[in-house]
Amino acid sequence: MTDVGPNLAKLSLGPLLFNWPAEQIRDFYFRMAEEGPFDTVHLGEVVCSKREPFFAKFIPEVMDRLTTSGKEVVISSLALVMAEKERQGVRALAEADFVVEANDISAALALVGRPFHVGPFVNVYNEGTLVYLSGMGMKRVCLPAELSGATLAILAAQKSCEIEVQAFGRLPLAVSARCYHARLHDLHKDGCQYVCAEDADGLAVDTMDGKPFLAINGTQTMSERYVNLLGQVRSLGQAGVSRFRLWPHHCDMVAVGRLFRNVLDGQLDAKAANRQLAELVPDAAFSNGYIHGLEGHRLIDDDLLIA
Amino acid sequence: MTVPSVELICPAGTPAALQAAVDAGADAVYLGFRDETNARNFPGLNFSRPELAAGIAYAHARGAKVLVAINTFPRAGKPEIWHRAVDDAAKLGADAVILADIGLCDYARRTHPDLRLHLSVQASASSAEAIKFYHQAFGIRRAVLPRVLTVPEIAALCADVPIEMEVFVFGGLCVMAEGRCSLSSYATGHSPNIDGACSPASHVRYVEKGSKVVSQLGDFTINSFGQGEAAGYPTLCKGRFSANGKLSYLFEEPTSLNTLEILPDLIGAGVTAFKIEGRQRGRAYVGSVVSAFRQAVDAILKGEKLPVMTLEDVTEGGRQTAGAYQRSWR
Repeated sequence: MTDVGPNLAKLSLGPLLFNWPAEQIRDFYFRMAEEGPFDTVHLGEVVCSKREPFFAKFIPEVMDRLTTSGKEVVISSLALVMAEKERQGVRALAEADFVVEANDISAALALVGRPFHVGPFVNVYNEGTLVYLSGMGMKRVCLPAELSGATLAILAAQKSCEIEVQAFGRLPLAVSARCYHARLHDLHKDGCQYVCAEDADGLAVDTMDGKPFLAINGTQTMSERYVNLLGQVRSLGQAGVSRFRLWPHHCDMVAVGRLFRNVLDGQLDAKAANRQLAELVPDAAFSNGYIHGLEGHRLIDDDLLIA
Repeated sequence: MTVPSVELICPAGTPAALQAAVDAGADAVYLGFRDETNARNFPGLNFSRPELAAGIAYAHARGAKVLVAINTFPRAGKPEIWHRAVDDAAKLGADAVILADIGLCDYARRTHPDLRLHLSVQASASSAEAIKFYHQAFGIRRAVLPRVLTVPEIAALCADVPIEMEVFVFGGLCVMAEGRCSLSSYATGHSPNIDGACSPASHVRYVEKGSKVVSQLGDFTINSFGQGEAAGYPTLCKGRFSANGKLSYLFEEPTSLNTLEILPDLIGAGVTAFKIEGRQRGRAYVGSVVSAFRQAVDAILKGEKLPVMTLEDVTEGGRQTAGAYQRSWR
C-alpha cells in the first residue's frame, strides 16, 4: 500500500497536565475553540486534585465555546484516586452528562453501562484487557506511552474500539502520592504553596553530570524530551491508529496542531514539519524511542532508517 | 471482642528462601515462575514448574500457603505465556494467584472459576471504588494496596470493601504508584510492567571517575560515591538528580520500608495480611526478617508490647522509612 493522500486519523488535544493560572487556561481554550485544528479537546484535572477548584468555575463557559465551534469535549478524570474528596469526584462521574475519559480504574465502576473512554494512565497493554474494557463500554483508548509500534498495530487490529496514541509533548511517565515540586522546595504536599505553578511546562531534572533526563510536574514525573511522532503518524494511521493526542504545552499549540494535521493530510512532508516544529518549541529536545521498541528517550531518524 | 488474625506473607525467590520463610513462621509465601510473567524477573531467581510443585508440598505439609505472582502485563500478541502460568499454578495446587492485568483476571476467572484470585500491588488499586471494580468483575478475594495510602486512608478503605486487604510492611519501597511507572523503560527500554524488572542489572554500570565511583543505568548517571562509601544499586527513583540548580535525592533516598512501629495501627485499621518485600533476597535475610515480624505480630495479637528488635543490619543503607503510611511523606 502506498502512503499517499489524506489520512483520516483525528487529532485530540489532551488535558492540560500543568498548573497554569485559571484565566490563562480559559483563554487558551477560547483560542482552541476558534482556531485549534483539533477534533477533540480534553478538559479536567488529571494530575493533582488540589489544583482542581481554580479552573472549575470556567469549565461550563469553556465547554460551551468548544462545543459551539464543533469540537468534541471529553472530561479526563484524575489519575491517582486516594482521598475521600477525590473518590466523591469519581463517583459523581456516574451522573455526568458529558463524555468521560477514565484515567483510573476507580472511574470504570462509575461508568459501567454507558459509553466511556480510557486514558493513558490505565494499563491497557494487550488484547485481553482491550477486549474486556470494550465489552464494558469503552469506545476509545489512549494507550500508555511505553508501547511499541508493533504492539500498537496488534491492538489496533482488534478493531474493538478507537485507538489513540500520544504524539507530541512531554510524556507522563509516573504518578505518585508524593509531590516532588513540594519536596524540592522543602515543603509537603499538604502545604505545597502551589509551587508547581512556577513551571509552565514542568521542571527539568538533570543527572548529576548535567545530562537532561526527566521533568517533574507536582506528583507527576515526565520525560524531559518531548515525544514527537511527526515521522510516524501516517504509518501508524495506516496500521489502524485512528487518533493522535497532542499534550498542551506553553507554545503555539494551534501551529503545532496544524503541522500534525498537514502531515496527516499529505500536505506537508514529515521532514519539513519537523524543522517547523523545532522552531515552534526551540527549547525542546525530541524523542520517539518507544514507538521503535527502544528506550523512550531515544530519537531515531526515520530518514536514516529508510535509507 | 474478636481477636483479629493477621497473615504474614513472605517472599521466596528460590526454593531455599521458601523453606527459610516457612521455617521462620510464614503463613504464606509468594513466588513467581522463572520468566517475564512476574515482577521480579531477575537472573537466577524464581521457580520452575517442578520446583513450584516441591515448594507447595513443603509449605502445605507445614500449614503454610503458596501464592503465585503472575503480576506483569501480558505482552500483546503473546498472552499464551501468561495464560500457561495461570493454568500451571492452578494445576499444581497454588492457594491463589496474584494478578494485575484486567485481561488476565478475566482469563483466570473464566478458565479457573475455583481459583482464588488476589489483586497485585501492580494493579495500583488505591481506592474502594477500584477494589470494588475488581471484586465485582472478577471475584477478587484480596487486594494488595499500593504504597500510596496513609494509615487512616487504609482504615477507611478496609471498612468500605467486602474483601481482604494486604499491605507491605517491610523491604524495598516503590516511590511511584506501582504498575504506573515507565521511568525504567524510558532509560533502558525494558518495561517493569511487561518484562518484570525495574532498573535491570543488564543496564547497570559502575564507572570510576577520578576518586569517585559513578553508578549508571543505561545512558544516565544515577548516583556517585566517594572513597570508602558503599556504591549502592542504581534504582532509578533512589538516585541523586539536579533540579532548579539543587542536587538532591529528588524522589526518595536510598531507603527501605520498615513498619514495625506502626504494626499495631495497621492491624487496628483492619488489614488482613502483611507482606514482606524481597524475592531477590537470600534465605538468611528472609529467615531473619520473617522471624522478627512473626514475633512482632504474635506479640501485638496477644496484647503484649512490641519486642525490641533492630533490623538495621539487613536494610538498604541502614536507612528506613514508614513511607506513605505517614502523611508527612507526601
